[in-house]
Amino acid sequence: MVERRPFIVFLTHFILVVGVVAIALPIWITFVAASHSEIRMTQVPLPLWPGDQLWVNFKNTLFGNGLEGTETAPVWLMLTNSLVMAMMISIGKIAISLLSAFAIVYFKFPFRMGIFWLIFITLMLPVEVRILPTFEVVAQLGMLNSYWGLTIPLIASATATFMFRQVFLTIPDEMLESARIDGAGPMRFFWDILLPLSRTNIAALFVILFIYGWNQYLWPLLITTDQDMTTIVISIKQMLEVAEASPQWNIVMMVALLAMLPPILVVIGMQKLFVQGLTETDK
Amino acid sequence: MANINLVNLTKSYDNTEVLHHIEGSIADGEFIVIVGPSGCGKSTLLRMIAGLETVTSGEVFIGDKMVNDVEPAHRDIAMVFQNYALYPHMSVEQNMAYGLKIRGLPKDEIAKRVREAAEILEITEYLSRKPRQLSGGQRQRVAMGRAIVRDPQVFLFDEPLSNLDAKLRVQMRLEIRKLQKRLGVTSIYVTHDQVEAMTLGDRLMVLNAGYVEQFGTPVELYQCPETVFVAGFIGSPSMNFLSVTVADGVLTLENGATVAFSNGHSGTALLGVRPESLIANPDGAVRLKVEMVEQLGANTLVHGHLEGTGTEMVASLPGIETVESGTVLRFDAPQEALHLFDAATQKRLET
Amino acid sequence: MLKRVHFPPSVLPYLLVAPQVIITLVFFIWPASQALYQSFLIEDAFGLSSEFVWFENFVYLWNDEIYLATFWRTGWFSLAVAGLSMSFALVLAGFADRVVRGAMIYRTLLIWPYAVAPVLAGALWVFMFNPTLGIFPYFLEFAGIDWNHYLKSGQAMLLVILAAAWKQVAYNFLFYLAAMQSIPKTVIEAAAIDGAGPIKRFATIIFPLISPTTFFLLVINAVYAFFDTFGIIHAITQGGPAGSTTILVYKVFNDGFVGLDLGGSAAQSVILMFLVISMTVVQFGYVERKVEY
Repeated sequence: MVERRPFIVFLTHFILVVGVVAIALPIWITFVAASHSEIRMTQVPLPLWPGDQLWVNFKNTLFGNGLEGTETAPVWLMLTNSLVMAMMISIGKIAISLLSAFAIVYFKFPFRMGIFWLIFITLMLPVEVRILPTFEVVAQLGMLNSYWGLTIPLIASATATFMFRQVFLTIPDEMLESARIDGAGPMRFFWDILLPLSRTNIAALFVILFIYGWNQYLWPLLITTDQDMTTIVISIKQMLEVAEASPQWNIVMMVALLAMLPPILVVIGMQKLFVQGLTETDK
Repeated sequence: MANINLVNLTKSYDNTEVLHHIEGSIADGEFIVIVGPSGCGKSTLLRMIAGLETVTSGEVFIGDKMVNDVEPAHRDIAMVFQNYALYPHMSVEQNMAYGLKIRGLPKDEIAKRVREAAEILEITEYLSRKPRQLSGGQRQRVAMGRAIVRDPQVFLFDEPLSNLDAKLRVQMRLEIRKLQKRLGVTSIYVTHDQVEAMTLGDRLMVLNAGYVEQFGTPVELYQCPETVFVAGFIGSPSMNFLSVTVADGVLTLENGATVAFSNGHSGTALLGVRPESLIANPDGAVRLKVEMVEQLGANTLVHGHLEGTGTEMVASLPGIETVESGTVLRFDAPQEALHLFDAATQKRLET
Repeated sequence: MLKRVHFPPSVLPYLLVAPQVIITLVFFIWPASQALYQSFLIEDAFGLSSEFVWFENFVYLWNDEIYLATFWRTGWFSLAVAGLSMSFALVLAGFADRVVRGAMIYRTLLIWPYAVAPVLAGALWVFMFNPTLGIFPYFLEFAGIDWNHYLKSGQAMLLVILAAAWKQVAYNFLFYLAAMQSIPKTVIEAAAIDGAGPIKRFATIIFPLISPTTFFLLVINAVYAFFDTFGIIHAITQGGPAGSTTILVYKVFNDGFVGLDLGGSAAQSVILMFLVISMTVVQFGYVERKVEY
């Protein structure tokens, strides 16, 4: 890059650091709040530097029963629910999208274009615009308060199907021809050639979908009335309401920390895949 | 090993016929090159033999079996693709073994065949590498190896050398030829490069716009081209074509010059004569007005026009010659080097 | 669109698309058509009978001042979120693009709010701005500002916008940075040789070249503000005070699940559907036009 004047270099880093601090502040404050005692968290002004209660709060939150004065499910159970939901959504989406993209790209069959448009339409029907009737369908199928009800209505995905279709289209035709001469049937070709060749795309998509699944809010809010099916993200809202009456911010913020930790770790740990997944699915 | 028969083969896409009534029989162990300009249908023809394209009408026989409806995998063929089509996520060894694995061969048999093929192609040291770690020439060998291990009845090559640089192309050309002789497997090879075609094939099938122009040995094609297209396509630089009138054993050129020629035909025709057949002669009938000279070392190419006309001509003089542009050179050609074609049908006029 | 070569015809492709097609029909197409159908019905107070009323629900919404206010509120809420978040991200990306070493470190530090669930983002901000305990009201008091977003609708809206924009900065930053890094360095150097300083270069070379990204992000951010901010609002204000932070999605949820007005809620869903469809069309129609470098 041109211009290496010290002042400009300093200004560049200064502004970036200010930006990072501004972005990180809410999470820092959460972390600080989760490391103090309940008493300290009722005294104004609240601390800006971490205390020594992090481990205690962590233990009490993870193995205790959440907040006093409520009957929420244990935090470990809610974390498990979130994990199961996120995994089912991401694996389910990837599986059905891979299969239908494979069919659409590598087979010629009647109604092929019809099915393509059917899948395309789902792009225009986010869960928010069809909540009530979808809720009714799930209720009629007896899937309320179940993992199936939590996940299946969310796993049809046009974006994932389109992404895999794009990936398959860039694989040279000779790959299929060569496999056919080698004697591989369709499913063998799918397993031996297509899946290994789309490995990084699958991983990238998984990162995005895991975050998407873990962070689901409106849908689980509607269909889980049973405390044992609550996800960690849902529980935050209930705790906020309780905290208004009897402030236990240290516990609430510890729960918030636990709830955001898995997706943050995924983003930071698999940054390259995350960026790839984000740019591939949205473009 | 097997012979191949193509009977009245036709291919159409959406009612547009792209290959017209292709006939040809290929003997066991023969090396056939299908050659023609791009878009002539040569790859389509090869892919029909492979079973990758459906046959619109006509029949393909491999051995004595009609294979129109047989899956590529069951035709007992192997194919080398232009871009090699190696599986990028598999090692060289896995690439070569994949087809055998699917066919359910025992492990030690697979290992033995891969090892043998690798030795023949001298790629043993690369067996554990991935395709992306190989050079173009090495990938080419792996693609060949993948074909060899299968021990098929027929090898099909779809422009396998066109992604290599010129020097490597010449070297691999010789190797493919030697390998095919050694293994004795019937082979069909598609290319647009006439030099490659001439050096490789036992026989050449010249394809143009979906029609077979001629099917014969390289020497036949060079000495006795059946059509204007073949005459112009085979040989470099291309044959000269001059409009002539034939009457009473005399050819009259556009500029009025006459050449004695006993052929039995009369009327207008197209005279073909190769640049290397033109022999400089101070009394020659053909007068060439020089415009540009290319000195290639072994010979000198003289470009110009038939004097007094706009017809372009090239002559090839042996050795290094210095010729000023604007000079008029005079040539003769032996009777047997003159090819006469019907101007309308573009077909050869035989004596 | 399609490969030149295919596998021979069989029932296999139908089996392969079956899971996706069944789920799409049962959980997408059927409910959406139900919403469409219900939007033409009015149920009596007890839900016992319903009457087909054509467009009466829509006419009612059209004349409903609360709904119209919500509609416009959603519009400028989206603009505010997109504008705030995108300009912040643009500035950061512009500077990060200049950093030779360490650009990736800044990226790592800036992208993780993307991973925070909207409702958690809401919880974080509502905690920071808690009127009695929060850090920010404590400091704001010194400036003479009395913060209480439970009572003051302007402050409530500001807080929701801040939280929503904060969460989206990461996404916008990533796309802006990627767009800037894909501009060939030679173009920038040519501009420098032509005498353009850093600011001039940004304004006349970089910003115009990344305009497709800006447009793309505008659509994505609008969709985000329309739908994904539900959790934020639910956590911070629950649409209050007095409906001042209720956006369209929140109203559908509120009228349908809390107010149990099926026809009205369905009609609102249908309007939302048309909004999504038009945004998708815009996104697919125009975003494809890329700048040629």
